[in-house]
Amino acid sequence: MNSATQTPALAVRDLHAWYGESHVLQGVDFDVQHGEVVTLLGRNGAGRTTTLRALLGLTGRRSGSIRLFGQPAIGLSTHRIARLGVGYCPEERGIFASLNCEENLLLPPLFKGTEAGLSLDEIYRLFPNLEERKHSPGTALSGGEQQMLALARILRTGARLLLLDEVSEGLAPVIVDTLGQAIQELRRRGYTILLVEQNFHFSAALSDRLLFMESGRIIDTLTPDQLNDNADKVARMLSV
Amino acid sequence: MDIFGMPVQALLAQLMIGLVNGCFYAVLSLGLAVIFGMLHVINFTHGAMFMLGALLSWAGLYYFELNYWVMLFLAPLVVGAFGIVLERLFLKRIYKLDYLYGLLLTLGLTLIIEGAVRSAYGVSGKPYGPAPISGVTDLGFLMIPNYRLWVIVASLLVCAATWYTIERTRLGAYLRAATENARLVEAFGINVPVLVSLTFGFGVALAAFAGVLAAPIMQVSALTGQTMIVIVFAVVVIGGMGSIAGTVVTGIGLGLVEALTKVYYPEASSMVMFLVMVLVLLVRPNGLFGGVE
Repeated sequence: MNSATQTPALAVRDLHAWYGESHVLQGVDFDVQHGEVVTLLGRNGAGRTTTLRALLGLTGRRSGSIRLFGQPAIGLSTHRIARLGVGYCPEERGIFASLNCEENLLLPPLFKGTEAGLSLDEIYRLFPNLEERKHSPGTALSGGEQQMLALARILRTGARLLLLDEVSEGLAPVIVDTLGQAIQELRRRGYTILLVEQNFHFSAALSDRLLFMESGRIIDTLTPDQLNDNADKVARMLSV
Repeated sequence: MDIFGMPVQALLAQLMIGLVNGCFYAVLSLGLAVIFGMLHVINFTHGAMFMLGALLSWAGLYYFELNYWVMLFLAPLVVGAFGIVLERLFLKRIYKLDYLYGLLLTLGLTLIIEGAVRSAYGVSGKPYGPAPISGVTDLGFLMIPNYRLWVIVASLLVCAATWYTIERTRLGAYLRAATENARLVEAFGINVPVLVSLTFGFGVALAAFAGVLAAPIMQVSALTGQTMIVIVFAVVVIGGMGSIAGTVVTGIGLGLVEALTKVYYPEASSMVMFLVMVLVLLVRPNGLFGGVE
């Protein structure tokens, strides 16, 4: 264990974010420790996706404090934040239509000054489908393959904190299983992961902690073993 | 031998001129299309940049005795750097606004650039002097000045190099990806604002390159770019923004169409482009090679 493990991988304090006039995040506070897998849960519109986007500076105006691996990040431009070691897998997946599968995979540049990411071979071992489809145009891939690609392409770069938005959304159970196993494997390899999920069971099986969001704030934190004792509360926090 | 009452020799000579013009259209519209894809700005300064390339080529020879080959390299660099300054100072402020603002801003910049050149040099053309490549080649069916052959070869090489860069290199992959979704590309750690500046600089450098090529053939004056820009807009509209190869083919094709019209019905030669544009837009609103948006 080195000294970096003393500071959290991600520390967010009193984070506010706006889209135009609309005040979406209203004081978000949380930490993610090195190697931890944390899920943001909540209803639609609670501010989970906005939290991920605000970390990268993809929202409108922001205030508060974000420290990534100990470094203040809120004043930085998006590409500099990424280069602190952040990989982003957006909800809409963001596969580029004018690039083929392997071009998409190789697009994100390797970061300097972070640990090496997975090699292309390791990535293809994790997602064999992508190797078979490497010459296919990005948009000719199935939904599941696109999701694998969106996750796979941020693993090469040396990013140590992965922001994964709705990885399991709209996919067949067998694909969801594959992605779940991949995330388990990444966790074993020491990646720090922040998930946004609708699929409560998917995330409970993967996470060290679950953060519940409502109206742009984090209102509760539970570990997976506390879920059974708090079933009523959880149902209330997630029901529409 | 005649074709529709026109001697073959005369017809081929016109077609050769059309091919040369088509090459200029291709290089210019290529830059315009690359800029539009990345910046979503309809760059009205493109004609002025073409003129600046030609003017620099003349000025380099006249003031500094820098020959054509030096200026062919230097003028695009200078104009590209000038373009980057304009992008950093002005264009970057309007990316979030409607296309119309980009058109108005670049039109204003064009008037300033052309006005400045006019007040310094007047509107009468500066003759470049003898072409840097002399002599003619006998193709058997046609005598063609060697310089015009060089223009065709150089233009096609530049178009091919641009195609290769965009379609086959890592930088080109950044460019294609950023054209689709710039914010996400930035979230991968790529400095998109720098990429945008370089794209604009590269696009206008292409225009300046065409300007240097044109200098020994056309008169160099403040207004050199004006007729060019209108035609090149038509080329881009006809070809559509979809593909680089499509833009090049359209540019050359329209140069030939224009030349044929000059042979058979000279009165229509300056409007035939726009006739084609109207017809294409009626049948394919996204242009001949444009994708479905």
